[in-house]
Amino acid sequence: MISLVLGIFAGIGATILGLARFTGHAFVFAGSAVSHIFRPPFFPGEVLRQFMKIGYYSLPVVGMTALFTGAVLALQIYIGGSRFNAESAVASIVAIGITRELGPVLAGLMVAGRVSSAIAAEIATMRVTEQIDALVTLSTNPIKYLVTPRVVAATLALPLLVAVADSIGILGGFLIGVERLDFNAATYIRNTTEFLQLADITSGLWKAAVFGFIIALMGCYHGYYSGRGAQGVGRATTNAVVSASILILASNYVLTELFFSA
Amino acid sequence: MRDEAQHSPTATARPAPDPSVMIAMRNVAKSFGPKNVLVDVSLEAPRGQSVVIIGGSGTGKSVTIKSIIGLLEPDAGEIWVDGVRVDRRKRGDALLARFGMLFQGGALFDSLPVWENVAFRLRQDKTKTAADCKEIAVEKLRRVGLKPETADLFPAELSGGMQKRVGVARAIAADPEIIFFDEPTTGLDPIMSGVINELIRELVVEIGATAMTITHDMSSVRAIADRVAMLHEGVIQWEGPVSEIDSTLNPYVRQFVQGLAEGPIEAVR
Repeated sequence: MISLVLGIFAGIGATILGLARFTGHAFVFAGSAVSHIFRPPFFPGEVLRQFMKIGYYSLPVVGMTALFTGAVLALQIYIGGSRFNAESAVASIVAIGITRELGPVLAGLMVAGRVSSAIAAEIATMRVTEQIDALVTLSTNPIKYLVTPRVVAATLALPLLVAVADSIGILGGFLIGVERLDFNAATYIRNTTEFLQLADITSGLWKAAVFGFIIALMGCYHGYYSGRGAQGVGRATTNAVVSASILILASNYVLTELFFSA
Repeated sequence: MRDEAQHSPTATARPAPDPSVMIAMRNVAKSFGPKNVLVDVSLEAPRGQSVVIIGGSGTGKSVTIKSIIGLLEPDAGEIWVDGVRVDRRKRGDALLARFGMLFQGGALFDSLPVWENVAFRLRQDKTKTAADCKEIAVEKLRRVGLKPETADLFPAELSGGMQKRVGVARAIAADPEIIFFDEPTTGLDPIMSGVINELIRELVVEIGATAMTITHDMSSVRAIADRVAMLHEGVIQWEGPVSEIDSTLNPYVRQFVQGLAEGPIEAVR
């Protein structure tokens, strides 16, 4: 009995220690990646290439997610709102909900699934196949060449992706509102713009930049410190997606408090 | 148990190696957790000569080379390169620029075409244009028996042997003074092995480069080595000129060279 209790405490202790080690390690890793933004040599070609991979090629998945989210949101608010005669609030709530929360968070989670895993798998494979060692022997700092461009590209790409997601999400709500729920198109647009404030949009874009940073950082971190073999690559990929998703949701709360509390 | 004080860098203020020695390892030790990979490795590579390290799988041959090049930090001992002690500091760009390294699996960058892989270091030199770099890359590819059309392919489009040759081309692209080859002929057909062996010999004889090679391929050893070192159980068991490799009475070398199952090296590890 005593050994069972001790075992539970040992497990909890090990988890806390592991979490503390991961946090410290990840912070140092992030600091190193950020410091290389300001120190030559620079790899603008790599940043551009990553920007295309992370941003441009994520457009379809982010667009589809936003479209259906906007559509479902309009439908749900209409059904729920009809219980207390608030159907007319559909347009404004869809716009505010998409720009403040659903656009950045869902785009962040979708990109985390698509990009964080891909980055982790790529860098972990480079570790396993000695490509990272090869970079060192070719006088190239692997953090500068592999991590910094991805972090910069994702931090810049996510706000643009979210801007697109916001537009498509609102469009999804508009299509359902007008075509399915028989709202007048002009009234729907007026209700959308009338209650939407600039801060709703900018707060979502700032969140997106933070989420982009997290997505690339977690992908790079878990890939860079992956274990050996196919199993190591697989574990790195899973850990990257899980940690990026959790950090996106946790930081979303912190950022919402920062932007909108008081 | 090893005497740590004996291997401590502060306790052993020994003089720099003779200027004729390009690389010197003195009592180098390296462990990974409880596993002592290098126990006490002392080895010298004379300037402009080709030294080949032989030994069974998992005996620390790659760790030896990675310790010299700075990818691993030894736990104890000294490493000298061209009269400068390097084991306790990060290898600077100036020193790394003197090195070329062929990795066992090629370690080509998947996202770059072949010519950019070969010219990776050259492209960091801002005085050279992309066209200049490509021209040099194509010339190096030709030297390892690859056609110019290969330059625009990606590593995934090449066979294993071709990838290895691209790796060799990258290792020699910037005309390094010291070149490390990790299994240069593994995965190549006998003819291409001969081409790579000749190339290594040529680099040593014509350019005066110092080469350090790891290989299991005894025909390659005979073709490229000036000196041979046998690594087993973390210690250099024998070292001598290649001409003595067949006549030595060292039981480790005899077993390895003759490929015998019976002997001091256990077949099952």
